[in-house]
Amino acid sequence: MLKYLNSLTAITLATMAIATAADAGPFGLGRAATSDEVAAWNLDVRPDGSGLPVGAGNVEDGDVLFADNCASCHGDFAEGRGNWPKLAGGVDTLDHDDPLKTVGSYWPYLSTTWDYVNRSMPFGNAQSLSADEVYAVVAYILYSNDMVEDDFILSNETFLDVEMRNADGFIIDDRAETEYAQFSAAPCMENCKAEVEITMRALVLDVTPEEEDAEAAAQEQSAPVSKTKAEAPAAAAPVVVPVQESALDPGLVAEGAKVFKKCKACHQVGEGAKNKTGPLLNGIAGRAVGTIEGFRYSKSFQELSAEGAVWDDAALAAFLAKPKAYAPKTKMSFAGLKKDSDIAAMIAYLKSVSP
Amino acid sequence: MTVSFKGKSPSRRAFLKGAATAAGALATAGAARAAGDPLITEVQPWASGFGDGVDETPYGLPIKFESDVVRRNVEWLTADTISSINFTPIHALDGTITPQGCAFERHHSGAIELAKEDYRLMINGLVDRELIFTYADLERFPRVNQVNFLECAANTGMEWAGAQLNGAQFTHGMIHNMEYSGVSLRTILEEAGLTKAGDLKDKWIYVEGADASSNGRSIPMEKALDDCILAFKANGEALRKEHGYPVRLVVPGWEGNMWIKWIRRIEVTDAPVESREETSKYTDTLADGTSRKWTWVMDAKSVVTSPSPQSPITHGKGPLVITGLAWSGNGAIKRVDVSRDGGKTWAEARLAAPGQKMALTRFYLDIDWDGSEMLLQSRAMDETGYVQPTKTQLRAVRGLNSIYHNNCIQTWWVKESGEAENVEVS
Ligand code: HEC
Ligand code: HEC
Repeated sequence: MLKYLNSLTAITLATMAIATAADAGPFGLGRAATSDEVAAWNLDVRPDGSGLPVGAGNVEDGDVLFADNCASCHGDFAEGRGNWPKLAGGVDTLDHDDPLKTVGSYWPYLSTTWDYVNRSMPFGNAQSLSADEVYAVVAYILYSNDMVEDDFILSNETFLDVEMRNADGFIIDDRAETEYAQFSAAPCMENCKAEVEITMRALVLDVTPEEEDAEAAAQEQSAPVSKTKAEAPAAAAPVVVPVQESALDPGLVAEGAKVFKKCKACHQVGEGAKNKTGPLLNGIAGRAVGTIEGFRYSKSFQELSAEGAVWDDAALAAFLAKPKAYAPKTKMSFAGLKKDSDIAAMIAYLKSVSP
Repeated sequence: MTVSFKGKSPSRRAFLKGAATAAGALATAGAARAAGDPLITEVQPWASGFGDGVDETPYGLPIKFESDVVRRNVEWLTADTISSINFTPIHALDGTITPQGCAFERHHSGAIELAKEDYRLMINGLVDRELIFTYADLERFPRVNQVNFLECAANTGMEWAGAQLNGAQFTHGMIHNMEYSGVSLRTILEEAGLTKAGDLKDKWIYVEGADASSNGRSIPMEKALDDCILAFKANGEALRKEHGYPVRLVVPGWEGNMWIKWIRRIEVTDAPVESREETSKYTDTLADGTSRKWTWVMDAKSVVTSPSPQSPITHGKGPLVITGLAWSGNGAIKRVDVSRDGGKTWAEARLAAPGQKMALTRFYLDIDWDGSEMLLQSRAMDETGYVQPTKTQLRAVRGLNSIYHNNCIQTWWVKESGEAENVEVS
């Protein structure tokens, strides 16, 4: 069926191509792009502002949008959280050890910030902000970097008024002039130096991840479902296993474990799981909404929690399909799972990870 | 860089395991003198019963004994594994072609699944005809084959400030080398027509991927028309999803970030876009705080892959194969030298085959090891006469903060025990 539909579209497209055949290239392959198609993908913005849509946004709105969509990773003031990128600070550090490179300290063009936020952020839910929202969020990033005042409105018209601190900080690759001549001398073969001393050792630093050996890896592969380490089940105290859990389809659970890769950027499960960008999800199925200890939920979630909402199958399915439809102001910047089969697998998986 | 990971080094365990095997082999050899090796004198199960039938494995994976030869990542490097990197197990491979299944991955928004039927390639901007191609269209253009290495500009980037990660996989594993089949980018650009672009000297293309990171890079037209290809096969079979299935760009000799995966758009422009990946990232900050941009070419580089920290010597003194890889983004490798004393004296290594342009070259030095310590190094030379520099030479020009393009000579300290460690020498 799908194949058939595809060949139908192919036919429609072929008809369109015939319309422009007179103007064909050497092989006459491909078809003319429509102007709507080019507009949909041709989004990049240049340093001179070309490519920017008409629009505007202010610092104040940007602050709110940033708190809802960006702060969970980049911090309330764009200062970064954990290992996530810092977007503010670092002025005058470029010639220090470990310079801090941010929009304020390093980026030479404002167009890059607008373009990147517009096309690539928020992480996991890219291209979900409107043009005005992008203007507002970028205005807020500039404000966080002390580059504009709090009443600033960024628009396609004020865009070129913003001065970037490191605009003149770049030179074009000069290795051919500064390095190639001195690195092209005839190589020394004998008596190249008098002394050789070890000046630094990696083992002293000791930051290399440990390797599992082949046997362990092989064992892990043959245990398809459970990802918990071998010690866990054996040593565990008697646990009351909820009835529904024993009814879980292991194949579905394994599928869900795969789909969970999409959630891992923000959620942890299993032993030692912690709250990260999102709350830990151990035992979330059947639990009251928004009640994981130590996690700062959005207003939407606090309200749901006050209403006594519970993560039953229907609620999970609705939330995972369209987080923003279920809880309009949720902090979970995730577009949603498109396939019903993925949602079913995910629910099975969430049920399999006990509290 | 903050270092939060703590753990035992891999070399110690790999070494102990190796030593046990060596001891076992000795014992067996000893026994053989008396009664003979039971692996020979006794009928083994595999010599008597059946192996797997031909319907067992429609698509084969490496045998289970090789299951430690896999990509690995370093958790503390990135906040999550979606925008992150892993490393090719170069310490355990030989030859020059990297199998796709263990060739390193770098994604900015995860490896997406894009079906051929859903694939579209747009060419727009300063072209005579703005065109859309399907995957099937691309297969109808004349095809080329090309072997090229892809190296991430950040390969060895953790080593600027000192010896840090203990294993060739981690210090040099952001590289792979594959045979690509696809269509020359020039063919596609000419299909769209470049008359409208006028003088091509100051023109660029901007290339962009279909994933949510929207990774995009500007490439000068001269390079675009030279040797780039739109590849759909690697090592004879379809690209893996993590390498950009169904179509990726191949930019020979230039940093891996430009090899756009899941490529969906090529725009002909009169200026670079200055995207995030060519301003915030992939620019190299010098000691005085200014930064180099457009540092596209990967300069000549080499590394000894074995012996190395994850591949210690387990057989004691006597015949020893020293081997490694060399490559250059400026052309073919001409020569590789190996030093066993930290750079005091050098010997020319044997190239397994003459170097090819912008492709990995395998080298060997076959020695009779006397069991004494070695400070192993390799030094590549390419057809331009460029000689791989030491870290000291690079630091003198660039300082410690450039992150990218660290092509310095690497040192492994091989101890009398056969264990090896990543070190820096004077
Ligand atoms: C789930 C975590 C997350 C959220 C939410 C998020 N980001 Fe990001 N952001 C990232 C990651 C990860 C990167 C680096 C991506 C890469 O390198 O491929 C990044 C990179 C960036 C950068 C570039 C940083 C640099 O130095 O190059 C900017 C600017 C940015 N984000 C802005 C935003 C804005 C604005 C929002 C909200 C609209 C947002 N992000 C939401 C995780 C997040
Ligand atoms: C970009 C980060 C991010 C991603 C990706 C993400 N989540 Fe979330 N998730 C959150 C945040 C933040 C919250 C808290 C929501 C709030 O307070 O509005 C949350 C909340 C939840 C909750 C409710 C928790 C509770 O205590 O009530 C569930 C269930 C959940 N996520 C499941 C998932 C699943 C399953 C996936 C993957 C398919 C996923 N999330 C992907 C960030 C994320």
